Amino acid sequence: MASMQLTTEEQEMLDGRQGEAMAKVMKTLVMYGETFGASKMVPVTGKYGHLVTSFGLSVLDPVYGLMDELIKGGALSKQQFSIDPRPLDKNVPANLIQKLFFKIMYSKQEMYEGQLTQLGLLDNDPFTCACYFDEVGNTPKEGEILSWAESSAVVYANSVLGARCNRNSGIIELFGSIAGRVPYFGLLTDEGRQADWIVEIRTSKKPEAQVLGSAIGMKVMEDVPYIKGLDHWLGAELNQDARDYLKDMGAATASNGAVGLYHIENLTPEAVRLGSSLIKADAKTYVIDDAELERVQREYPCIWKDPSAAPKLCFIGCPHLSYEQLVHWSKALPESLRQAGRSKVAVPTVMTTSPAVLKKFTATPEAARLREAGVVLSYICPLMYMNNPMCGKMPVITSSNKLRTYTSARYFRDEQILSYLSKGGSL
Amino acid sequence: MKKTFKGRPVVPGRVTAEALVTHAGFNTLASFQKSLMFGDKNATCSDQNNPDLNGKQMAGKALCLPQTIGSTTGGMVLYTAASMHRQPACLLFSKPIDSLAAAGAILADVWTDQSMPTVDNLGEEFLDYVNSGMKITVEEDGTVTVESQG
Repeated sequence: MASMQLTTEEQEMLDGRQGEAMAKVMKTLVMYGETFGASKMVPVTGKYGHLVTSFGLSVLDPVYGLMDELIKGGALSKQQFSIDPRPLDKNVPANLIQKLFFKIMYSKQEMYEGQLTQLGLLDNDPFTCACYFDEVGNTPKEGEILSWAESSAVVYANSVLGARCNRNSGIIELFGSIAGRVPYFGLLTDEGRQADWIVEIRTSKKPEAQVLGSAIGMKVMEDVPYIKGLDHWLGAELNQDARDYLKDMGAATASNGAVGLYHIENLTPEAVRLGSSLIKADAKTYVIDDAELERVQREYPCIWKDPSAAPKLCFIGCPHLSYEQLVHWSKALPESLRQAGRSKVAVPTVMTTSPAVLKKFTATPEAARLREAGVVLSYICPLMYMNNPMCGKMPVITSSNKLRTYTSARYFRDEQILSYLSKGGSL
Repeated sequence: MKKTFKGRPVVPGRVTAEALVTHAGFNTLASFQKSLMFGDKNATCSDQNNPDLNGKQMAGKALCLPQTIGSTTGGMVLYTAASMHRQPACLLFSKPIDSLAAAGAILADVWTDQSMPTVDNLGEEFLDYVNSGMKITVEEDGTVTVESQG
């Protein structure tokens, strides 16, 4: 493997001048960079980091041991960071056995949050996968170098905000924030941001974001797609609607595949600035029409014991819903219920958002409408809820393709979800 | 019958183990989740979406795979498995290693006393040839020998 050129300070860190813990952090980052042909480190220029591991799972003792080693060795983060959602919220429905499992599973939560605070956790309740929301305040600028994990946040930061971040693993992202630099390779470089695929959208209506992202992710895997024709449906302005759409589409590309960056012609910052010069000469083409989206959704496996079971819970908001998406649901859901002659949802429903958005939304008339319809508003991570084996056995439906990918939850499009919530019964 | 493949050692090491093969991307979190949670020392794979591996023991096996997929907790999960002595004997990638798997292999190397030699770029022919149960020998320089029974 090629050797990286380190600055004097970086070499001293590697040699242990800043302590043994920092030396091991640097050794890890150097090996990581050399694996991918990085020639140097570059400074992290984003103001805040973002960590993926937010859950105090009792089985992660080795991780807590590593955190202790960092803290005792004085290897703390040089920047404050936000972090993925908390795993528990007593407002989210759970029976006694499920609650008992939660208590055992996440028994290290308080201790772990104490470690995170010592390492550099922001003090504004920053537990969300959508740390880039205005209400949360971890919104990088175009061109900034980040040391983040959380696949949905990384793909959003790269694609919609034009920041630069690799698809880092948990722990590695923290190491970048501790060292204040990251190895220069992949999506940090101009070459690594060139598109390997042209995706042509030829649908007869606006494609469902979650299915479109899934189709793209499964096709291109870790490659960079340049998406043509989507601006026809989204417009040429990165307004709130477009950002919400791309948040959900991107999360599906990153979980159904391993996409860390996409370009939308005439819409995302680099595509607007650089246009088709972003496309590699040997780029492959993937055409997406109505039939292709239908095929993709039809082939999702159902791993419920009884595929015709009546759903017992519905999750909406993975990744977390924006304020505007909550407002949308506060109109669409009561209207759908009214048309079906109901006043409350037929399936217990949880909508999730960041603590900061929840705080802003909770006192509004729109929040009251959702609560009147029986919806629970929460800051929880639906994935961590479903990781409880006692919850994973339940028939759960969702409009999140990410949740579908990682758990037994079944995916349905928004209009299907609205229909089930309004009418109930078996699927 | 023996066949030799040459890859790139990401984490060099020597080991001999029985092959466990997946042709689909290896979802690290989904595969290790239950075994880590319930103290299963064999690290029985719990990824219901992976018919090649679901229900099979991963600890101590030569895991042959194209690449890893899924959550960015992947590297942390591999590190945790290694710390608890439940890691595969080695990781053998047909493709260039992905950033999550690389993180896991390197974290295990730097932060634990466990060995999990990791070789990538073994080529598609490697995954076409190797089957679960075959004997695998890995050398420091990334040479991988696959030995079929009989």
